[in-house]
Amino acid sequence: MKKTLFLGALAATTLAASGAFASTLDEVKARGTLNCGVTTGVPGFAEPDANGVWQGFDVAVCRAVAAAVLGDGNAVTFVPTTGKTRFTALASGEIDLLARNTTWTFSRDTDLKFEFVGVNYYDGQGFMVPKDLGVSSATELDGATVCIQTGTTTELNLADFFRSNNISYEPVPIETGSEAVQQYLAGACDVYTTDRSALAAQRANFETPDAHVLLPDVVSKEPLGPLVRHGDNEWGDIARWTLNALITAEELGVTSANLDAESGNPEVNRLLGREGDLGAMIGLDAEWAKRALAVGGNYGEIFASNIGSETPIGLARGLNAQWKDGGLLYSPPFR
Amino acid sequence: MTTLSDPPKSDFRIGMLLSDTRYRSYTFQFIALMAIILSVSYLVSNLLANLDRLGQDLSYEFLGAPAGYDINQQPIPYNSQDTHLRATVVGAMNTLIVAFLACVTATIFGVIAGVLRLSNNWIISKLMSVYVEIFRNIPVLIWLIIIFTITANVFAPIAEFRIPRDGSDPARTLIFGVMAFTNQGVFVPRLTFDAGGMFVFWTFIASIIGIFVYKSYVKKHLFATGKELPFWLPALAILVVPTLVMYLVLGRPVGVQLPEMGRFRFEGGLQLRTSFIALWFALSIYTGAFIAENVRAGILAISKGQTEAAAALGIRPGRIMSLVVLPQALRVIIPPLISQYLNITKNSSLAIAVGYMDLTGTLGGITLNQTGRAIECVLLLMLFYLTISLLISLFMNWYNNSVKLKER
Repeated sequence: MKKTLFLGALAATTLAASGAFASTLDEVKARGTLNCGVTTGVPGFAEPDANGVWQGFDVAVCRAVAAAVLGDGNAVTFVPTTGKTRFTALASGEIDLLARNTTWTFSRDTDLKFEFVGVNYYDGQGFMVPKDLGVSSATELDGATVCIQTGTTTELNLADFFRSNNISYEPVPIETGSEAVQQYLAGACDVYTTDRSALAAQRANFETPDAHVLLPDVVSKEPLGPLVRHGDNEWGDIARWTLNALITAEELGVTSANLDAESGNPEVNRLLGREGDLGAMIGLDAEWAKRALAVGGNYGEIFASNIGSETPIGLARGLNAQWKDGGLLYSPPFR
Repeated sequence: MTTLSDPPKSDFRIGMLLSDTRYRSYTFQFIALMAIILSVSYLVSNLLANLDRLGQDLSYEFLGAPAGYDINQQPIPYNSQDTHLRATVVGAMNTLIVAFLACVTATIFGVIAGVLRLSNNWIISKLMSVYVEIFRNIPVLIWLIIIFTITANVFAPIAEFRIPRDGSDPARTLIFGVMAFTNQGVFVPRLTFDAGGMFVFWTFIASIIGIFVYKSYVKKHLFATGKELPFWLPALAILVVPTLVMYLVLGRPVGVQLPEMGRFRFEGGLQLRTSFIALWFALSIYTGAFIAENVRAGILAISKGQTEAAAALGIRPGRIMSLVVLPQALRVIIPPLISQYLNITKNSSLAIAVGYMDLTGTLGGITLNQTGRAIECVLLLMLFYLTISLLISLFMNWYNNSVKLKER
């Protein structure tokens, strides 16, 4: 009886305490840095450079959000997460934003209680094999040994692909992408499968990239995007519209070089805070998008400098071109 | 008879809870108990309140949903359409397999190293000291990764066993035509059982039991009459003859399937994967070093007089060890051995470091990840390891009771 009473009282205090939780935006502002979850290291997407500064395509999203909210693209604490730890880190509040090649799926969005704020890279799962294996299509891989990064959607896609093609394989589950690459290069597996962007990125770091080929098969849709926790819609809006600002800026021709130039286009002026009060609607000041763009430029600039065809990663825009150029990037209007 | 005197009834006063030594300990125990209950219930209610705030609940319904992923080492048939529960069972069996094998080999390593460390031969005893000190002073995870890396790089790449596309002979072939050591694991022949094959198998098991029965009969006969019956030849006969007869009578239902090179890897046969070998070997050799010290302590605990008395009776040194010293030493060895077995079982959860799909890899890894049910999965994991550990303790305690000194 006593115990029940006490439990009740305890539950009541805990509930009262939880009601007082601050919004993520206030927390980030009070802390002064954005805690952003990234990979443990995928070249081009998120990797510390020689000076220990995080660089990459996903990192740029973190920096843009930090610049929009805090006014400083360097006010980010990067938290490396593995495929297994990322969701726990986000759900527990250890990180405010997860920008880590994470595929937007139904169950992650709903059951895991996350909110994907958009897609920053349209990807698909592919296969890499050594050239001298003499394989030209994934359907010829009956009986092959396949290295997979465990805890990702690739595991499920792989099982589905081989089952629907009625061929067998031997899975070798591996914790991180770099270990998987080591195993693959040591010949402990014949095939390495993950998102094609990551395959291209890893291959660029090989001693002899030409000895390996990406098979043409794409076995899944992998829309990769940043995500936040369910329930804090204001914070979700900030992340979503920061990403949209990067995309819209490219569409409108706004680059990091011409941010201060006069423009006759009203949408450019709304985006950059010269007209209207879009910033106030998401709890920020008028120049939030301008600051976000000043860090690494618009989507196209970020793409080109981290993973584009001029970089060792050498990815073509493909699906990730603007909708006007036949790609899938299509931001809702800023109005 | 009547009771002569009742103890004087003291009047209980509330102050005696603290002042009277008879009650004081109860008071403190009660306070401690309440404190524990309070703190645990605070943590639980905190958890439930936080889950509620996140809009999540505790539910095990996901165990019935299709798992969707594949597992390479399958003690029972499994495919990606089976449920998470079945994937969990497969993982649990993989844990048990590697834990059991590692317990057996660790004991063998430990007993050999422990006995040899006491050897009079300087080189041998020093070698064993080196083994013990090196292996028990480096974390098992490091050993696991070292052994895994070595096996993956020392054994020939499986590509060298493949038939080249121009049809020429492969660079390497099966050793003795039956087995291959590759960087994807060791491929060995396996037995296949046709209809009736199980009878042959059970006959073989019965024969092994028969040997133990015969052994106890020989012993009884020796004690009763003083005459020693021959043991080894009859034992061999018991082992081989019934199985062979059964095999021939049933029309050779047991076959041997050799590994055969397919397009990419060996098909058929049994594959001992690199991850499995690394985990098994790392756990055995690491824990073996601890067991060696237990064994050495147990042997040193036996008074030297026992050895000398046995030697005075003319018993050979080898038999002194196996008949006089070790049986007594077991009483000292077994209690710490229990905790070593528990360590092996729990350390097997490092399997994911080399990609061995044990319970932590399936339930605590992929299932947890794909369903996001972290708390539920971890609770199940705890329950499993706790149950297994308690069962091992129970069994070993029973064994310990059976070998301990019977005082009459």
